[in-house]
Amino acid sequence: MKVLVPIKRVIDANIKVRVKADNSGVETQNVKMAMNPFCEIAVEAAVRMKEAGTADEVVVVSVGPSNSQETLRTGLAMGADRAILVETDDPLEPLSVAKVLKAVVEKESPGLVIMGKQAIDGDNNQTGQMLAALLGWSQGTFVSKIEGSGDTINVTREVDAGLATVAIKTPAVLTVDLRLNEPRYASLPNIMKAKKKPLDTMTAADLGCDMTPRVKVVKVTEPPARDAGVKVASVAELVDKLRNEAKVIS
Amino acid sequence: MSTLILAEHDNNEIAAATYSVVAAAGHLSGDIDVLVAGSGCGAAAEAAAKIPGVAKVLVADSAEYAHDIAENVAPLIVKLASGYSHVLAAASTYGKNVMPRAAALLDVQQVSDITEIESDDTFVRPIYAGNAMATVQSTDAIKLVTVRTTAFEPVAAEGGSAATETVEGTGDAGLATFVSQEVSKSERPELTTAKVVISGGRGMKAGENFAMLEKVADKLGAAVGASRAAVDAGYVTNDFQVGQTGKVVAPDLYIAVGISGAIQHLAGMKDSKVIACINNDEEAPIFQVADYGLVADLFDAVPELDKELG
Ligand SMILES: Cc1cc2nc3c(=O)[nH]c(=O)nc-3n(C[C@H](O)[C@H](O)[C@H](O)COP(=O)(O)OP(=O)(O)OC[C@H]3O[C@@H](n4cnc5c(N)ncnc54)[C@H](O)[C@@H]3O)c2cc1C
Ligand SMILES: Nc1ncnc2c1ncn2[C@@H]1O[C@H](COP(=O)(O)O)[C@@H](O)[C@H]1O
Repeated sequence: MKVLVPIKRVIDANIKVRVKADNSGVETQNVKMAMNPFCEIAVEAAVRMKEAGTADEVVVVSVGPSNSQETLRTGLAMGADRAILVETDDPLEPLSVAKVLKAVVEKESPGLVIMGKQAIDGDNNQTGQMLAALLGWSQGTFVSKIEGSGDTINVTREVDAGLATVAIKTPAVLTVDLRLNEPRYASLPNIMKAKKKPLDTMTAADLGCDMTPRVKVVKVTEPPARDAGVKVASVAELVDKLRNEAKVIS
Repeated sequence: MSTLILAEHDNNEIAAATYSVVAAAGHLSGDIDVLVAGSGCGAAAEAAAKIPGVAKVLVADSAEYAHDIAENVAPLIVKLASGYSHVLAAASTYGKNVMPRAAALLDVQQVSDITEIESDDTFVRPIYAGNAMATVQSTDAIKLVTVRTTAFEPVAAEGGSAATETVEGTGDAGLATFVSQEVSKSERPELTTAKVVISGGRGMKAGENFAMLEKVADKLGAAVGASRAAVDAGYVTNDFQVGQTGKVVAPDLYIAVGISGAIQHLAGMKDSKVIACINNDEEAPIFQVADYGLVADLFDAVPELDKELG
């Protein structure tokens, strides 16, 4: 079975983003970029399937500008076999990305697509569900456990009330949550080897996909700031302040 | 112009989140209808009909809607959506699972997790873990939107008398079946609607130490939450996680205990009215957002807090 893993290049999770002075977006110039953390978990899951013998090929794919190649190389260094870059400089919306990914799925015929539950830039949490819909496939979202292989697999999902396990037909789209695994760091020899692995490039237009955005960004602004408060010297003072100043406890 | 709301329920009661979604829909033009899809969901439909401001309740009572299977619920939304300008749901794990699937089938770019409605097509939503707020305008004919429920005061549960209409089911898509669930049971208030939340982080050092927080929580009528690190370490289960990729809370009082205050955690609690923290590292970033910060060892301070509260 082939596993396709869509991955996105985003601002590193440890960076505090800054809003641009002209309110057109956030500052991305000279900012450290990295693979979206949920996508790392997805790559790790796919590579472990290959190591366990349930998958025979892992293909990473990214939709975005040409420098997304770096992110794809990271995926290859983690153990993916091959990479596909679908190049576009257009704004990336989940629906248009899902349409591109559908075209890639139709070319590649994977048995599973494993992706992140959320990209930490737009915080949309949509692309996997949309891809599953466009393909008419089942979806296992927010997955913290994958069991079995073959025509039906069991996935455990992290939901607001706790955990829910569903049996889903394959081929399927899975979106992974934090607790599925701990992604490995690529070793130096694997980073060197990754440079020689195949990376195909095509454009969204080659795949017949229209990337025209449906949602217009009117402006991007700073969130309301919170002022730092005071330090209290003791538990008694804390309780007194909460009770008599903030009046939030009785 | 009219809005369809996908209700969240357990067949008997309408979830608190849905009352906030109705409040959000009140900022849009036109009537508000509520869709209750479930199996044996008559009581929930009756509860929905009592929500003030709701014009009509659509009830799809059919076996395929028993377990919130997105593959079955999305086609129902698609079938009904053409009659509406907006379809809304809570940005809960239920809404997040179902709505994008329906949106793609309708060829609509969903707008996720809105915190403000500026007009019928323009919404405000947090991006980058709430470090920026985007004002976005949808050009799609039907707008599919998920709502951050903490941003909208819930409407009352009683006072309305909406008409009820039965809707045919769309059948089982045959793609997914429910196996089991593990629901955390608690007598305490629900995390996302509690007036007071006390959360523990990696500083708690072990799951059993959360008992200290529970004692305080019970005195304050509070819910207990946690950081990702505490969940990852297995101190508590995933449904406790507050943050960018967990639950968003905005109580009157949030008490962070042994939590450093990473961006991703702040994303889930920085809209709380009052924030207090207990941390033994005075440099921890949580102090930059806390109204009241106590530099102390939590293993001394929490039992003392418990005593102080009497
Ligand atoms: C993609 C992604 C998504 C994420 N999503 C979330 C999310 O939704 N929610 C979330 O919370 N995090 C999330 N994180 C993780 C986040 O970045 C932090 O790692 C996490 O919040 C840290 O948890 P913590 O504060 O409990 O642990 P730490 O950062 O280790 O902090 C522990 C704190 O406890 C204090 N402490 C230790 N011992 C004591 C003591 N005896 N008394 C008093 N204080 C003590 C320490 O001084 C320290 O400040 C996410 C990260 C990524 C990359
Ligand atoms: N431009 C992209 N290229 C490849 N995969 C993507 C892209 N955007 C989103 N994804 C995938 O979809 C997941 C969810 O993203 P989102 O719906 O934007 O929150 C990510 O974790 C990726 O796996």
